[in-house]
Amino acid sequence: MKKVFSRPKSLIDRQTHFCPGCTHGTAHRLVADAIDHFGVQEETIGVSGVGCAVFMYDYFAIDAIEAPHGRAPAVATGIKRVHPKKIVFTYQGDGDLASIGTAETIHTANRGENITIIFINNTVYGMTGGQMAPTTLLGQQTTTTPYGRNFQNDGYPIRMAEMLATLEGVAYSTRVSMHNAKEVLKAKKAVRRAFQMQIEGMGLTFVELLSACHTNWRVKPLEGQKRVEEELIPYFPLGVFKERKGKDFL
Amino acid sequence: MTEKILLKGNIALAKGAIAAGCRYYFGYPITPQNDIPEYLSAELPKIGGTFIQAESEIASINMVLGASASGVRAMTSSSGPGISLMQEGMSYMAGSELPGLVVNVMRVGPGLGGIAPTQGDYFQATRGGGHGDYFNIVLAPASVQEMFDLAIKAFELSDKYRNPAMILCDAILGQMKEPVVLEETKTVIPPLKPWALTGSKGRKPQFLKTLYLSDGEQEAHNLELKEKYDRLREEDVLFETKGLDDSEMFIVAFGTVSRIAKTAIQMAKREGIRVGMIRPITLFPFPTEVIRETAKKTPRVLVVEMNTGQMLQDVKLSIENSVKLRFYGRPGGGIPTPEDMLREIRVMFNEEGF
Repeated sequence: MKKVFSRPKSLIDRQTHFCPGCTHGTAHRLVADAIDHFGVQEETIGVSGVGCAVFMYDYFAIDAIEAPHGRAPAVATGIKRVHPKKIVFTYQGDGDLASIGTAETIHTANRGENITIIFINNTVYGMTGGQMAPTTLLGQQTTTTPYGRNFQNDGYPIRMAEMLATLEGVAYSTRVSMHNAKEVLKAKKAVRRAFQMQIEGMGLTFVELLSACHTNWRVKPLEGQKRVEEELIPYFPLGVFKERKGKDFL
Repeated sequence: MTEKILLKGNIALAKGAIAAGCRYYFGYPITPQNDIPEYLSAELPKIGGTFIQAESEIASINMVLGASASGVRAMTSSSGPGISLMQEGMSYMAGSELPGLVVNVMRVGPGLGGIAPTQGDYFQATRGGGHGDYFNIVLAPASVQEMFDLAIKAFELSDKYRNPAMILCDAILGQMKEPVVLEETKTVIPPLKPWALTGSKGRKPQFLKTLYLSDGEQEAHNLELKEKYDRLREEDVLFETKGLDDSEMFIVAFGTVSRIAKTAIQMAKREGIRVGMIRPITLFPFPTEVIRETAKKTPRVLVVEMNTGQMLQDVKLSIENSVKLRFYGRPGGGIPTPEDMLREIRVMFNEEGF
C-alpha cells in the first residue's frame, strides 16, 4: 500500500508547546513540507523571531538560530550573504515583523535578499499574553485595548503583504489562511512557491499566514477559525500581491 | 616587509580587519568613523568580501550576528548613538556566544553630543553595555599602529572566547595619520568553527540561542559565561608600563590620553619628579593585578581620562584605600594638555612631598 501522508522528516517527532488548536503547528508543518519537497533539509538555516515561534529549533530538524525581537531579517541577511547557496528563512509573528522589526522587514525586502519570510498574522501578541498587535483589527479587544482598538488612539491594522508587494526587491508576496483544509492546501502551495523562488534566486519571498490565537482571543478553537474567515479575511484579503515571473530584475 | 606607510587610524583599523581575515562588514554612517565603511566598501568587493550599508545600527549588528553565526569573521563600526543602538544585538551575541568585532570611535555624549575626542563610553563598553550579565572584550589602541594591530588581536580574542570584542578609540586615533608597519605576512586564515550554522549536511542539526526557560538552565549558562570571563582575566590581560621601577608616583591612562601623559611625564622628569605609567590595553579584562602590585610599592596614583571619571572606578577597585589617588578628567570634547597633567603631578608632589 502506498503511504500518502506522513510527518515531514524536517519536523521533529515531538509534542509542541503551542496551545491546543493553535495554527502554528500547521504553519510549521507547511514549512517542513516545503523543505522536504525540495530536498533541502541539510541545506536550510532557519531564523526564528521572538514570540510563540521562538522555539523553532525544538521542532525543526534543521540548523537554526534565535534572532533578537524583530531582527530576524537582518540576521537572515548576514547568514545568506555568507551562505548564498543555502536556503534561509525567517519565521516571525506580527509583533516581531510588523511592529518592532518593521525597519528590518522593509529594508531586507527592499535589498531583495534572497530569503523567505514566513509571517504569522494572528492579530495579537501571543506569548506575552494577548496585547495589541500592529495587525489587531479595529474594535478588537486585547489586554492593552480593553475597550477595543480605536484608530484615533491606536492607528490602523497594517497590511504587510500589500505593502511589501510595492518594493522592487520583493519577488513574491502573498497572503493565505489556514482556517480550513482547503485553505491549508493553498497555503502549502504558497510556501512551496516561496521556497522554489528562493532556490531559483529570484529575490525576497513573503508568505503571510492568517492564523488563529484562540487562547488570547478568548474563544474556542472552532470559533477562532470562524473569526479568521469572517473578520480577518475581509480586512486582510487573501491573494498574491506580487509574483515575479523571471529574473526580470537582473 | 617593514616598510612604513602613512595612514589614518580608521584606515589602519580597516586594513587590520582585512588582515585578520574579516570579509564581512555591515554598518551605518556616523562621524567620526566614516572612513572605515567608505574604505571597506571599496576594498571588500575586490577580495570576495561583502559590504552592506544597513538601514540602521540595529540592523548592522544583527547582520554581524547572522554572519558570525554562519562561521566567518564579521564586523561593524560606529560611534555614540549608533553604539547605543547596537547594545541589544551585542547582548544577544554574548548570550549565544558569538564572536564579532564592534569598533567604537567614540563621540561626545550624552545624546547626539559632538564629534570631538572623548572617552565617555568607557562604562558602556566595559560593563557589558546591554542587558544581562555579560562583558565585552574591550581593546583600547593608543596609536595608528595599534589600530591595525589590535583589530587583528580583537578578532583572535573574540574567536578564542566566542564573545563580542570592541575596539574603543576616539576621533584623534580615528582621524590622525601616523606611520604604520603593516605585517603583510599576516594573512590570517580564521579558525574553523564547528558550532557554526552551515546547514546540517553530514551532521546533526545544531542551533544557537539565548532563551533558557527551564529551571536552573539560565543560571548554569550565566555561570559558564562567568568562567569564560575569569579565564580572560587570567590569560589575556594586556597593558603597557613605562618607568615604574624608580617612580615616585604613576599615572593610569588609556588610549589618546596615555600619549599626552608621556609628554607630561618627560616634563615632570625635568623638574626632578619621577612619574611612571600603566596603560591598560585591554579595558576588559582590566589590568587590576599590575595596578595593585605597583600601588603597593608606589602608593600614589593619578588617573587621567577624557571623561568625568570612569576608568577611575576600576583603578579604585584595584588598589587599597590607603593609596593616594587623584583624578583629572576633561569631558565633553576637552583634551587634557601635558601642562594640565604636569599641574596635577605637581599638586600630588607638593601634597605628599615624596
